[in-house]
Amino acid sequence: MIAEIGHYALALALGVSVIQALVPFWGVVRQDRALASVGSSAALTSFGLVALSFLALVASYVRSDFSVANVVANSHSTQPLIFKFTSVWGNHEGSMLLWVLILTLFGALVALSRNSLPPRLRAGALAVQGLVAVAFLAFVLFTSNPFQRLSPAPAEGQDLNPILQDLGLAIHPPLLYIGYVGFSITYAFAVAALIDGRIDAMWARAVRPWTLLAWIFLTLGIAMGSYWAYYELGWGGWWFWDPVENASFMPWLAGTALIHSTVVMEKRDSLKVWTILLAILTFSLSLLGTFIVRSGVLTSVHSFASDPARGVFILLILVFFVGGSLTLFAWRAPLLRQGGLFAPISRESALVVNNVFLATACATVFVGTLYPLVLELLTGAKISVGAPFYNATFVPVMVPLLLILPIGQSLAWKRGDLLGAAQRNAAAFGLALLAALALIAFTQGGPVLAPLGIGLGLFLVLSAVFDLGERIVTRASGWRAVLSRAKGLPRSAWGTAFAHAGVGLSIIGIAAAAWSSEAIAVLKPGERLTSGRYTVVLESVTPRTGPNFRAEVARFQLFFGGRELESIEASKRIYTARGMPTTEAGIRTHGLSQAYVSLGEAQDGGVAVRLYDKPLILLIWIGALVMALGGGLSLTDRRFRLAAPRRAAPVAAQAQPAE
Amino acid sequence: MRRLLLACGLMLLAIAGARAVQPDEVLPNPALEQRARAISGGLRCLVCQNQSIDDSDAPLARDLRILVRERLVAGDSDSAVIDFVVARYGDFVLLRPPFNAQTLLLWVAPFLILLLALLFAWTRVRNRPASMAGPQPLSPEERERLATLIEPDEKP
Repeated sequence: MIAEIGHYALALALGVSVIQALVPFWGVVRQDRALASVGSSAALTSFGLVALSFLALVASYVRSDFSVANVVANSHSTQPLIFKFTSVWGNHEGSMLLWVLILTLFGALVALSRNSLPPRLRAGALAVQGLVAVAFLAFVLFTSNPFQRLSPAPAEGQDLNPILQDLGLAIHPPLLYIGYVGFSITYAFAVAALIDGRIDAMWARAVRPWTLLAWIFLTLGIAMGSYWAYYELGWGGWWFWDPVENASFMPWLAGTALIHSTVVMEKRDSLKVWTILLAILTFSLSLLGTFIVRSGVLTSVHSFASDPARGVFILLILVFFVGGSLTLFAWRAPLLRQGGLFAPISRESALVVNNVFLATACATVFVGTLYPLVLELLTGAKISVGAPFYNATFVPVMVPLLLILPIGQSLAWKRGDLLGAAQRNAAAFGLALLAALALIAFTQGGPVLAPLGIGLGLFLVLSAVFDLGERIVTRASGWRAVLSRAKGLPRSAWGTAFAHAGVGLSIIGIAAAAWSSEAIAVLKPGERLTSGRYTVVLESVTPRTGPNFRAEVARFQLFFGGRELESIEASKRIYTARGMPTTEAGIRTHGLSQAYVSLGEAQDGGVAVRLYDKPLILLIWIGALVMALGGGLSLTDRRFRLAAPRRAAPVAAQAQPAE
Repeated sequence: MRRLLLACGLMLLAIAGARAVQPDEVLPNPALEQRARAISGGLRCLVCQNQSIDDSDAPLARDLRILVRERLVAGDSDSAVIDFVVARYGDFVLLRPPFNAQTLLLWVAPFLILLLALLFAWTRVRNRPASMAGPQPLSPEERERLATLIEPDEKP
């Protein structure tokens, strides 16, 4: 019965979404407030229904209802409760339901943000959002129904893919989807504004918090996914330029560009056409990502489902929303008037350069991801595009951007002083360069590019810190004055500094990977293995039984330069239901570095052990957290907490409402 | 270097099954082993998604790793080893796609896009500051029209 309720609620939500897509739009066209406001209640209802449906699926999983086909395929009665719960989205059907849940959640949030949005923009955006919901609800209902019953019901389920039985699954997909799908709002705002014809600084201010919100979650989602891959897959890699990773990275790059271009639009009423296009492209890339991951165009560890019918359906959705919005853009964009003027050397121009590089970086990932598919389709030739390609193309595009970032950050609006901006960053640049040179000298014969990478990261961190310092600390002022200045500094300025410093931290972590080391050996109890600064001594290998797996657990003493650290455990598991092995790496965090142990096969009392020394690796993810924190600080800026400025309502229209 | 020597010194047993590079695969000559690792890092595990044979635990990746080491031990140069593998499995096995007619666009695209985008942005930004100096001075006709608009009474 629960599954049927869920299914029925989903069908109802489709009906409500059709209303949400059509009625407010009709209201906007006919200038009818009552009709336009239907969108809000429809969006709230639609969210309620999808939430009910989602809860029904959760209940089916938690109760291990094996008459539901989806539960049978992805759950097992012995799974711990948390994994029964996360299994809900550890499969194609459930993850699409989560997708739609978040889509309607954002619709409901827009409906609730009554005071901060111009009414016509809200109505239009809700209509567009409704249209996206219609497409994806139809997709779930007609091709990926998670409530399909199975008769006769089997006594036991087939278990969730063991690689996914991890806390990472509880965190990574929801974060990532909130980011991905959150960009649907900026898309909806862009399309609504194109239809309405009003695109100005007010639009940018209305859209910016939503863009920031989506970007923060996407940043966290990608970082979490990367850390998950790092500790779960057992060889210490954290980014593979896998098409599925690229699928989430492209909207991130475009979204990062969008955050920067909306600043220009909000402050200076400029870059309007480009910002609108970027808003459309960002969500289009999210849709493309959904297509890549969900259609089975590619097969990778990430795709839990592949079915050509689904692929065609998503492709149609993709073509409709991308093609439709771009057509609308081509039609309406030329009507937009360009706003504020600025000199070639100015903050605005710096942000244009930022957008040029980020868009190129995004295009590079796009080409690298899709080129093999298109080439195979056209000529039948199969090629691979892996990390070496991106190192040779993506990195050279990003490095100049990061090098000039601090200078752009300290240029003034409208007309800047390049020399002054360079001078303000001279100290940070000098210190970073000095550090890099010292590192090269210190690690003679070692990698050369890596110290330069560390220098680049340091430059970003230092320039962000110095920039803040310059704004807060003035000569001849006590700490009290500094404190009050710090309080007075807009949160968005803090946000900028944190986000840029976060990029620097991540780069330091990435560059430091050049000094990581790896050792492989077969160990018997009592034997030792050294890699880099760490040494492990195998203590024991013992069998252990988990709820739905058997494990061989190896215990190691861990030494760092003769000093003993807390011991470390690594294990190999066999999940009994699928007979599938996984490795659970043993990781000991030591400062910002990690010792990483993973196990190979055991034989003759010995076990194959791989030990890695991963210096400063945590900075990669700490940097991402700091970036997200920067986004959060920016989001709490005073100007977003206040209601957006409203256009003064024409008095005449109020006097004659019946017209 | 030390880790490799150590790894070789501790190399004891042949192991069934595999998880990336296994102790039994490691060559006794550390220089050769290092070359093998470098080559393996650029070869794709054919049954995996964008994963090199150096990272992969698939049996096929193990076979390829051993093949690479056999060729190296036989005295092949790095490029000869790669050519040997490409001859058997095609360009698909290279994680760094070769530069040829088919991949010209792939390799050129990022830099071409950057160049075009910079040119486009430059022309757009440069065309603006004409009016930065402030509004253009009025032409005599405009001044006259303005005068009539401001002080219409002067005219009869």
